[in-house]
Amino acid sequence: MLPIIRVENLGKQYRLGAAQVPYATLRDTLAGTIRAPFQRRRRRAQNSSNTFWAVKDVNFEIAPGEVVGIIGRNGAGKSTLLKLLSRITEPTTGGIDLYGRVASLLEVGTGFHPELTGRENIFLNGAILGMRKTEIESRFDEIVAFAEIDKFIDTPVKHYSSGMYVRLAFAVAAHLQPEILIVDEVLAVGDSAFQKKCLGKMGDVAKQGRTVLFVSHNMDAIRRLCPKTLWMDGGRVREVGDTYQCVSNYLLRGVTEGGRVAFSPPYRMENNMPVILHAVEISDEAGKLTTLFSTRSAIRVRIEWENVAPIYKPRIGFVMQTSDGLDVLTALDANSWDIEWLPPGRRISTCLIPGSLLNEGEYVIDVGGDGNTGHPDVFDFSRGRTGAILRFEVEDDMTLPNKYYGQEGFRDARWPGVLLLNLPWQQEEAALEFS
Amino acid sequence: MDVSKNNRMLGAAALRASASTAETKVASQIHQTLPDKPLVSIRPSTSWSPLNLRDLWQYRDLLYFLVLRDIKVRYKQTALGVAWAVVQPLLTMLIFSFIFGRLAGIKTDGIPYPLFAYAGLLSWTFFANAVTSSGNSLVGSANLITKVYFPRLLIPVAAVIAGLVDFAIAFVLLAVLMVYYRVELTWQILMLPVLMSLTTLLAVGIGMWLSALNVKYRDIRHALPFLIQLWFFASPIIYPASIFEQWRWLLALNPMAGLIEGYRAALYGSPFDWAMIALSAGLTLTLLIYATFTFRRMEKSFADII
Repeated sequence: MLPIIRVENLGKQYRLGAAQVPYATLRDTLAGTIRAPFQRRRRRAQNSSNTFWAVKDVNFEIAPGEVVGIIGRNGAGKSTLLKLLSRITEPTTGGIDLYGRVASLLEVGTGFHPELTGRENIFLNGAILGMRKTEIESRFDEIVAFAEIDKFIDTPVKHYSSGMYVRLAFAVAAHLQPEILIVDEVLAVGDSAFQKKCLGKMGDVAKQGRTVLFVSHNMDAIRRLCPKTLWMDGGRVREVGDTYQCVSNYLLRGVTEGGRVAFSPPYRMENNMPVILHAVEISDEAGKLTTLFSTRSAIRVRIEWENVAPIYKPRIGFVMQTSDGLDVLTALDANSWDIEWLPPGRRISTCLIPGSLLNEGEYVIDVGGDGNTGHPDVFDFSRGRTGAILRFEVEDDMTLPNKYYGQEGFRDARWPGVLLLNLPWQQEEAALEFS
Repeated sequence: MDVSKNNRMLGAAALRASASTAETKVASQIHQTLPDKPLVSIRPSTSWSPLNLRDLWQYRDLLYFLVLRDIKVRYKQTALGVAWAVVQPLLTMLIFSFIFGRLAGIKTDGIPYPLFAYAGLLSWTFFANAVTSSGNSLVGSANLITKVYFPRLLIPVAAVIAGLVDFAIAFVLLAVLMVYYRVELTWQILMLPVLMSLTTLLAVGIGMWLSALNVKYRDIRHALPFLIQLWFFASPIIYPASIFEQWRWLLALNPMAGLIEGYRAALYGSPFDWAMIALSAGLTLTLLIYATFTFRRMEKSFADII
């Protein structure tokens, strides 16, 4: 079958330092033009070191009707790839052929104007996303019903709650009917009921035979929606194929066997966080390194870290996930929270995950942290995640009274669920009542 | 490549297909309706690319909604509302009539000074506001430009078109003034739509060019008010072009000069200076073409540097 999207040798080069100097001044350019003949040689020499490839040598084809997940770490080139596919920015090399109409949804509510009413914003936003006026009119009622805002349709959106705002914005986008839909992690907003509705809607879009590209860090959503996944790493495609295989490989990349990971050089957190990680360990309660635990035994997690500059209210910790990518828990060491500005120094944070908590299975630990580096109120744990780096297994040691007693030959079965708690049940005899 | 037809077939197919085989069936349906040649082919572009008219035409509804937004939003939460469109040129006219008409006694070719000044101020206010809002429009729409594709040209153009509403409203006061001063209309009033179109095109050209430059060089934002002020004095608004005598051609190099003189002639029946208007028209079209090419050339880096 012919592809609906064909990407060949795609590359996008950015100039480094563009983040610090987002725009040149006229004077710089004038001065540069005058000096140019003398500087040409030097500039060319600098060129190679001052630029980087956000996306490089990317080749893939997508068949009509495929729903493809795109995964990868922050900075792996996912967003740049989407921007190239949706024609927001131009490639430096290579090209893309699209055999259908594209609608991209890189942000919910692009172009919403707070002073305009819900009705007016539906038309404005729809037109921005590429819909014709008549198309919007014919789907207007559906959009309003999906967003559940009929009473407020003629109220300026600045008076909306954030939930209503997001619902309306997603509703408009969800009713686009292009052949190719490109969605960036927009589902990370709204309450969980609405998130479910959004995922459901995306599933419907896929069932209608449209081609969908979906970027997400939510492996669970990727697995539910996308049979095929593309894994971006360092601006290149690392792996394309079956979602289960790809997600599993992605989650377990760089996972170390054995209970200790020492970073050399130390792991530097993203986004200029002045925190570096030296080592992470998991061990039993006594401190013996291991990666095999029973459902009853406690697990000790030890993180060696250092802040190289003063940092405001740092929190270090980890996210535990199942090897399928389901988030189990987040644990943060907030001992420095009350100190506020924590002076530089090397520290060890330890915590104990109690026994009789986790069910049988494989788990991974993704270490991270955050802290305020000057901007007020920026606390976002995703700013410094290492990705899954340690893996351990929990086995049912058959000693709990609620262990799984299956028939002979069914020993491999496990109780459903992530947790296996030994809850204190009570039982009493009920008096028989006759009526 | 009829996209809307594709969509209709898509929708129909989705309805027909039974649940179990929906995916394969519809996918093959789409496959059959897919064009042989790419609908969009994205390649690194050469530095001079022509205007993509098909793209602009496809997004014509967006232009309409952008203009509507600008108009609706402009006077939200203001006490005077749309009256601002009249207040600005009216007050300026009153002050100028006092200073230049009474105190300085500028000769105005026989037209009462308030009438004389208002015709100039009317067109100038439109032009100046249009160029200013258009010049700042792209930078103000950074969130749109980095998140969604559409012909970027629409943003500065919409900003100019939105200003036409104010222009029309300000004409109401002009009508009142003309009745008060008992101005008799002549056939020359028929030139008014031509002059307004030229003024709009000039504002589009300058606004488009400045808005593109503004993305790269934020100096424009600071230079713009100053530039507009200088341009004001270089245009025959408070004085008639006739005071330049043999140096009139120098004034005519300012495309607004011919247009403003033209407005007065059209409204008050004084003779047209056709040479000056023709020069204005020529300059306007040249600027417009130059601006379009500059815009196209700079457009592709907007999302990266804005």
